[in-house]
Amino acid sequence: MPDAHSVTRAARAASVALGRGTPRSARVREVRERAIRASLVACATLSVVTTFAILGILLVETGQFLSMPEVSVTEFLTGTTWAPLLGGKGQFGVWPLVCGTLLVTAIAAAFALPVGLITAIYLSEYAAPRVRATVKPVLEVLAGIPTVVYGFFALSVITPFLHDHVSERFSTFNALGAGLAVGIMILPIVASLSEDALRAVPRGLRDAAAALGSTRFDTSVKVVVPAALSGIMASWLLAITRAIGETMIVALAAGGMARMTIDPAAEVQTMTAWMVQMFGGDAQATGVEYRSSYAVAAVLFAITLGLTMVGNLILRAFREEYD
Amino acid sequence: MLAGTAADARIRPAGELLDAATPRSQALRRAADRGFLVLCLGFTALAVLILGVLLFSIWQDGHLRVSMDFLGNYASRKPADAGIRAALWGTVWACGICAVTALPVGVGTAVWLEEFAKPSRFTSFIKLNISNLAGVPSIVYGILGLTAFVRAFGMVDADRPIEIGDPDTFLYLRLPFGNGVLAGGLTLMLVVLPIVIVASQEALRAVPRSLRAGSLALGATPWQTTWSITLPAAVPMIMTGAILAVSRAIGEAAPILVLGVPIFIRSVPNNLMSDFTVMPMQIYDWANRPAGPFHELAAAGIIVLLAVLLTFNAVAVVIRQRLHRPLQ
Amino acid sequence: MPPRAIAAAAAVILGLGAAWTAAANAPAATPDKLRGAVKVDGSSTVYPFGEAVAEEFSKKHPNVKVTVGQSGTGGGFKRFGAGEIDFANASRPITKSEVAACEAKSIAFVELPVAFDGLSIVVNRGNDWVKQLTVEQITRLFSADGKVSTWKDLDPSWPAEAIKLYAPGTDSGTFDYFREATVGKTGKIRSDMSVSETDNVLVRGVEGDRNAIGFFGYAYLVANEKRLRAVPVVNPKTGAAVMPSPASIEDGSYAPFGRPLFVYATVAALDRPAGLAYAEFMLEQAGELAQEVGYVKLPDAVYERARANLKARRTGTQWLDAEGKDRHGPISDLYR
Repeated sequence: MPDAHSVTRAARAASVALGRGTPRSARVREVRERAIRASLVACATLSVVTTFAILGILLVETGQFLSMPEVSVTEFLTGTTWAPLLGGKGQFGVWPLVCGTLLVTAIAAAFALPVGLITAIYLSEYAAPRVRATVKPVLEVLAGIPTVVYGFFALSVITPFLHDHVSERFSTFNALGAGLAVGIMILPIVASLSEDALRAVPRGLRDAAAALGSTRFDTSVKVVVPAALSGIMASWLLAITRAIGETMIVALAAGGMARMTIDPAAEVQTMTAWMVQMFGGDAQATGVEYRSSYAVAAVLFAITLGLTMVGNLILRAFREEYD
Repeated sequence: MLAGTAADARIRPAGELLDAATPRSQALRRAADRGFLVLCLGFTALAVLILGVLLFSIWQDGHLRVSMDFLGNYASRKPADAGIRAALWGTVWACGICAVTALPVGVGTAVWLEEFAKPSRFTSFIKLNISNLAGVPSIVYGILGLTAFVRAFGMVDADRPIEIGDPDTFLYLRLPFGNGVLAGGLTLMLVVLPIVIVASQEALRAVPRSLRAGSLALGATPWQTTWSITLPAAVPMIMTGAILAVSRAIGEAAPILVLGVPIFIRSVPNNLMSDFTVMPMQIYDWANRPAGPFHELAAAGIIVLLAVLLTFNAVAVVIRQRLHRPLQ
Repeated sequence: MPPRAIAAAAAVILGLGAAWTAAANAPAATPDKLRGAVKVDGSSTVYPFGEAVAEEFSKKHPNVKVTVGQSGTGGGFKRFGAGEIDFANASRPITKSEVAACEAKSIAFVELPVAFDGLSIVVNRGNDWVKQLTVEQITRLFSADGKVSTWKDLDPSWPAEAIKLYAPGTDSGTFDYFREATVGKTGKIRSDMSVSETDNVLVRGVEGDRNAIGFFGYAYLVANEKRLRAVPVVNPKTGAAVMPSPASIEDGSYAPFGRPLFVYATVAALDRPAGLAYAEFMLEQAGELAQEVGYVKLPDAVYERARANLKARRTGTQWLDAEGKDRHGPISDLYR
């Protein structure tokens, strides 16, 4: 409802408008209004320009990479050895890097998706308001922690713990330590977004289920969760997208050895860690290794873009309409 | 029963339970309920516990090294003399530039989308772009920043840059920007822009339609309405979004790394083209060294970084509570 | 909140921030006149030395902005040849193609050796079976055709456990130098290694895995002595197994992995007061700082010649002959 403050403001604006009603100032106002609109449109188009700039740069540089004599498109897309750095004929199969990324992401998802969802169910269906008031800020804090902190946590706490208490096979760089840290990083995303989705389900459904004699477990798991499924799946996809694009944690804790493996104790190299290795040196863009990181970036961008679009589709296609 | 709604499909499972209400299955269901509650409590407690372990271990590693000296010293090869001064000021400059550029552009975009634009293919295309950009990994923004800002797409020869002014003063510009703090700030702006846009959109949507209608009815132009009525009403939520965005920018290391900032730097930026580093980068450098005093420095750096972020978030909470009242 | 109030608040905050920044930037108490910028980049091996020089120089001349990067020897030379940096740290001499790149951009440079390094082969502290390694074993271990995957493949008395290898990448001069000393300039090094341009990452890798082996500059070994163990290398000429140490590196008995470390300076940088002061300071302090970070200082005569070459702006490299072929030999003979 309009309050006194805003009505005065509206009246002031109106008096300004009405008081300057001469033809010349009206034209000035028109011009200014149009200029402001133009600048607003310019702001909005920046987002489009950004997307096209990213696409353009990645495509051009990847094209230049793939046209270099040492590189073949088929090898890049199907090869399972990534060894560009070691003189002689480099090998440029991208799959070891993708495999490293997927391994770390799988470990992160295996941890964060269930724990996040269960936490969300608890917060939305079971928890007393006081508990919610304590746990929600905890999740917000976790969400705001910079990823380099999680990377440090991985190498100073998680990996020594794995080495000392689980198996000696966990050396300084391993996929499990990095994967768990990435999982902790995406946990708040899953929990917050899933909780939003669960709370958006109308009370009526829950009441009806309770009236029919279901326990809270039955209600939550068999009624509310399926109703909020699109939001939950969208949250999972967003979390996985973040995990795939994560850079600092894997740069610190996962390692520098690109290979095809699913051993969590193994040292792996993700796509983002490779890019860090190449760009961190800021060599002039002429070497084939340096150019390869653009191609890897293109693959990464394609994967995350695909996942984002799938997430949006899921949200739109399966969203339940209640009224 | 509720008829003809999507809710039908949901009620069915509960209906099935009615038929199976034998004592034994009831006991099982109750056991499942209790078991699930235990699981929920356990996992939620796990989340809280992880945060506790994280903060405690970092505090333990680093609190002894946090001091006024640590804030005032530059990085050094000797751990006892090392400090975070260059990184702290680099963060201030880079994130300041980020905030100053992201806010107008982000709010402007949101204003156009919410207040001015008629829904069309173009606006849906823009909305699609924004939502896609939110999912792009930050290292890709670093690549964009490297090509667009540091190297100006190769359009200006880096050997013969266009220079205006004196590098020793504040008024100095150079094209291409090189890996100075302006390039860093603009790259961070690209990273946080989707956040600012979405938060501003939500803020604008929360302003009641009646305010705008009233103003327009009294003869104000749409822009006058936006500037004098809608925006001021949306300011608290926009500021919360801005603070969220800057918090994100403060913690970003990957884009800055790709720009190619030096590892070792013992100066504070004095103009927009200055070399710089940011706190996450300094922490990354220290964390990469073998365990020992440098890891303690990394932990101390993290404590400073988290303290800065906590302050920001506290300010956001205060703003939310203080300024939100008028609209209610 | 009226927009004007917001604008006023923002102006106040920005003004305070600017004032605070200016205060943080205020020149040190000693009004040192020397101003300017010095950009250094290159080898991760030479980095501890470069960092020490930069730090001490900054303390002496607080108004000169020195930055040091760690892009690797190759990365440093690429930036050097593009005119982006003033000083390139290198753990190997400049190559023919890198010289050509500099000539293409008319970048004249002065070559300045700064220290000795003994490239150390390092294993984990828990590795108690490797008592020494011959160059042949090292070559076989790291070569792409060596087919060595367990310790037993190198020596039957060693355990049959898989070896974890840690090595620098191709932007690294250490890598180039190692390859030349083992499989030869055109030989192939195996690809299933954990690779990083940052030597500290290699140190962390080796110290965390019992079956690990890696190689990097001597200073990194010294800095982490308690966590790592250097392996004595059998000198191919004398047949004696020699541990890397300041003495053995200096007198050349630690072979074939003894090598000089360089800093290359552009003449353009030397023509600026800040750049010249930096180069002079570096050569003046090189012996002391090199030893402090863990490398070995060169004979005084070599430093003298370097200072003379700096003064005379003697350009070009002395590690390539007139046809562009590599020259080899002890530094006292090669560097004039």
